[in-house]
Amino acid sequence: MIIQRLLSHDLPRSRWLAAALMATVLLLALAPLLFPGAKSMGVAAKMLVFILLVVSYDLLLGYTGIVSFAHTMFFGIGAYGVAIASTRMGEGWLAVATGSTLALLASLLLSLLIGLFSLRVKAIFFAMITLAVAAAFQTLASQLSDFTGGEDGLSFRNPLWLSPSFRLFDAPVLGVHIDGRLLAYYLLFGVVALAFLLLLRIVNSPFGRVLQAIRENDFRAEAIGYRTVVYRTLSNVLAALFATLAGVLLALWLRYTGPDTTLSFEIMLDILLIVVIGGMGTMYGAVLGSVLFVLAQNYLQDLLALGAGAFVGVPVLGAVVSPDRWLLWLGVLFVLSVYHFPTGIVGRLRTLAAAQPDEADKADKADKAGR
Amino acid sequence: MNLLTLAGVHTHIGAYHILHGVDLEVPEGAVTVLLGRNGAGKTTTLRTVMGLWAASKGTVRFAGEAIERQPVPEIARRGIAYVPENMGIFSDLTVQENMLLAARGARHADQLDRARLQWIFDLFPALQKFWLYPAGKLSGGQKQMLSVARALCEPRRLILIDEPSKGLAPSIVNNLVQALRELKAQRTTILLVEQNFRMARLLGDHVAVMDHGRVVHTGTMAALAADAELQQRLLGLSMGLSTGLSMNAHA
Amino acid sequence: MKSATVRSSAAAAAAVPKAHVDVRPIMLLVALMVLGLLLVGSPSTWLTLTVAGLAMGFIIFIIASGLTLIFGLMDVLNFGHGVFIALGAFVATSVLGGMAGWTTSPSVLLNLLAVFSAMVVAMVVAGGVGWAFERVIVRPVYGLHLKQILITMGGMIVGEELIKVIWGPLQIPLPPPEALRGSFFIGDAAIEKFRLLAVAVGLLVFLVMMWVLSRTKVGLLVRAGVQDREMVEALGYRVRRLFVGVFVTGSALAGLGGVLWGLYQQSVTPQIGAQVNVLIFIVIIIGGLGSTGGCFIGALLVGVLANYTGFLAPKVALFSNIALMVAILLWRPQGLYPVTSR
Repeated sequence: MIIQRLLSHDLPRSRWLAAALMATVLLLALAPLLFPGAKSMGVAAKMLVFILLVVSYDLLLGYTGIVSFAHTMFFGIGAYGVAIASTRMGEGWLAVATGSTLALLASLLLSLLIGLFSLRVKAIFFAMITLAVAAAFQTLASQLSDFTGGEDGLSFRNPLWLSPSFRLFDAPVLGVHIDGRLLAYYLLFGVVALAFLLLLRIVNSPFGRVLQAIRENDFRAEAIGYRTVVYRTLSNVLAALFATLAGVLLALWLRYTGPDTTLSFEIMLDILLIVVIGGMGTMYGAVLGSVLFVLAQNYLQDLLALGAGAFVGVPVLGAVVSPDRWLLWLGVLFVLSVYHFPTGIVGRLRTLAAAQPDEADKADKADKAGR
Repeated sequence: MNLLTLAGVHTHIGAYHILHGVDLEVPEGAVTVLLGRNGAGKTTTLRTVMGLWAASKGTVRFAGEAIERQPVPEIARRGIAYVPENMGIFSDLTVQENMLLAARGARHADQLDRARLQWIFDLFPALQKFWLYPAGKLSGGQKQMLSVARALCEPRRLILIDEPSKGLAPSIVNNLVQALRELKAQRTTILLVEQNFRMARLLGDHVAVMDHGRVVHTGTMAALAADAELQQRLLGLSMGLSTGLSMNAHA
Repeated sequence: MKSATVRSSAAAAAAVPKAHVDVRPIMLLVALMVLGLLLVGSPSTWLTLTVAGLAMGFIIFIIASGLTLIFGLMDVLNFGHGVFIALGAFVATSVLGGMAGWTTSPSVLLNLLAVFSAMVVAMVVAGGVGWAFERVIVRPVYGLHLKQILITMGGMIVGEELIKVIWGPLQIPLPPPEALRGSFFIGDAAIEKFRLLAVAVGLLVFLVMMWVLSRTKVGLLVRAGVQDREMVEALGYRVRRLFVGVFVTGSALAGLGGVLWGLYQQSVTPQIGAQVNVLIFIVIIIGGLGSTGGCFIGALLVGVLANYTGFLAPKVALFSNIALMVAILLWRPQGLYPVTSR
């Protein structure tokens, strides 16, 4: 079937998951029609960007077993590439193309360097080094203010067709105006969809299988004859390139880039949270997780505010349920996930689907034994 | 009386099934030598007794109590010392500090048992000479001496020794034999893995031969040494044990 | 008679040349200080910067020393170490805030007592939380490096949020007490009083740590365990218990470091943990994972370098640490003082 080939034979394998994914795709595809408000469009666009960002991280963490804290750095490189080019060269497609290409090249080089230099060392070493490098980059971005706009970042204009004031047709189509925002949105949607399918193809290819072998037992993989350093570096590079792409898309959507939209450590933590809770090594986990996370980030706070209203005046409980502290609950969920649900939401759904409904207990045991 | 008994012990290391049901009895106060080809499972047996690798099946009894599920420190505290094949020397620590570690009852170097220390120095003079030297700077033979000396630091009921003479000069091997003989005189039980057949013959009272993760022969050392055909069958080559008696090894 | 034999043999052994201490990393630090003098030019400015750098270095050492021992002994890298730093700093704000009578007094003694109390309380709290952290978060994931990184990160997120719950999410000022503000003057050089205190505390911690490690049995166990944990267990020592002790001590030290760091920066934010985390990791990589001596030199190098570059080329400050790390790793890939036989 076409769907099978499109998804590189990596199916959801769970009715709930498939339903959730289909709903996601539909809602995101039709977002400009269904939720045309500025905030809701922003949420949908952020979902798209995060999907790409986290799915590329899943390649690194979930499939290759590498923890890197430099992912947001590549994200930032993409965004800054477009921003700086558009500011210096004047806005337009040439600037976007130049900026993106240079950003991708920079990411390629940087990820190669990091990979070759640090992947020869233990995982913990590597994680620390990426942490340090990302922190340095963040400082650099805010220090070189002539170039990067410093703490304030860079605002710029998009190419004509992606500018909000642009109208393709004067009259609305299906109730919405085909303006620059809409076009920008569908650009994001198209690129993310393609990239996702491409990544799905990558992880289900022989290359992807070697990565998983390395993740499970790198000694054995090396013994069999795979140069693990090469594969790991490649995985690093690929993840970095897709993250850079995500950065380009974010810049095009926001028409602004700053240290806090892309380089902040909070975003890195968010990525980690999503990929673990969603389900490492599943790709779909990153998709579902990103959607749920962005939803929570924007709307859960309102929900918590309701709850907090009930606790107003109560000292500790009030602060704990405060909407600003939603990250606390996410953190707790994260820690629990690492222990008890290492396969994340997607893994859980799949295990439940593999068993009969009234044998959910057996599925639980199989899950524990298998991991 | 058997101080140590293994019954039907299986050990897996990852996916590899190394011990396939080891039955072994180590009588108290005597030296039992564990022989066998490389890869027969001798080191694995020692490590399983010590708890460094967990037995997947079977029991290990020490002085009547089952120890196969105990953590390593608890097993050691029952009076079992382990001299590993790689010596387990702490290279950044001095010889003195290595010995101090082995003496669980001592908190400072001056709390070490003088008499015992002197005995150790008499057996292994190099240790006295390099007392404050970092252990990593010792030669291979000296490190081996230190490794054995650590097991002598305080009285123990059972000592597991894994190929102590590997790569050592004959004169040092003699020191080793001397030390182990004196230990035996103190009623310490020794389970010795050794490929140096001369040394094995000199020290061993009992012998167990292993092959493919099982004990395939037990008996006295004297009986094995006298039977060249048995040696050939079990170990694939003549150990020259029966003629080894005439090659004088001094005490 | 026998004791005389042993002592004389020890004396004889002392005549045998002992292994020399590798002084090249120390030379590196001295070289850096000399280079700084040349580049900065003015000796008085140089002195100010160097003292500031040493103070910062000592504080970083206090925080990092626990982490490097924890890693060396049990192969556990606590990415959440920053939580204890933040905790210590915030506890200090509460303690010193509550002791306003003493901190605003011009008496040096009362001021010192106030700071001392803050340090003690911070250490106790951080140590206690460290004990809980080890039990709940770290213990289930011994040996599983990937999960460790993730889970300790998670612990840090939760910890940081809980700090915000208790103390609020905003920056809180933490000025040093009255008598400890301002500077001494040696000629033209201004040496901040508080920084001298930091150096003094740091030196004390270092000396105590060195004494414990080299003169006590516990310290011996730690040093041996860092090299070969399995053998230490085979000698009959319960290394697991030792580890809890080291973890709690490391966390307490991080809390102490947090107090000093907060006073050094004169303010405290909940992100303080994550910020210092990066510095700590750089330092222990430079020093060699598991090596206290390496950590010490590494911390001083980082502190001094940060202050020199902060003066000479401020834009390059954090970058300079990375550059230093890369340079040292190129020279010694395992760090300044690698721990042997892992």
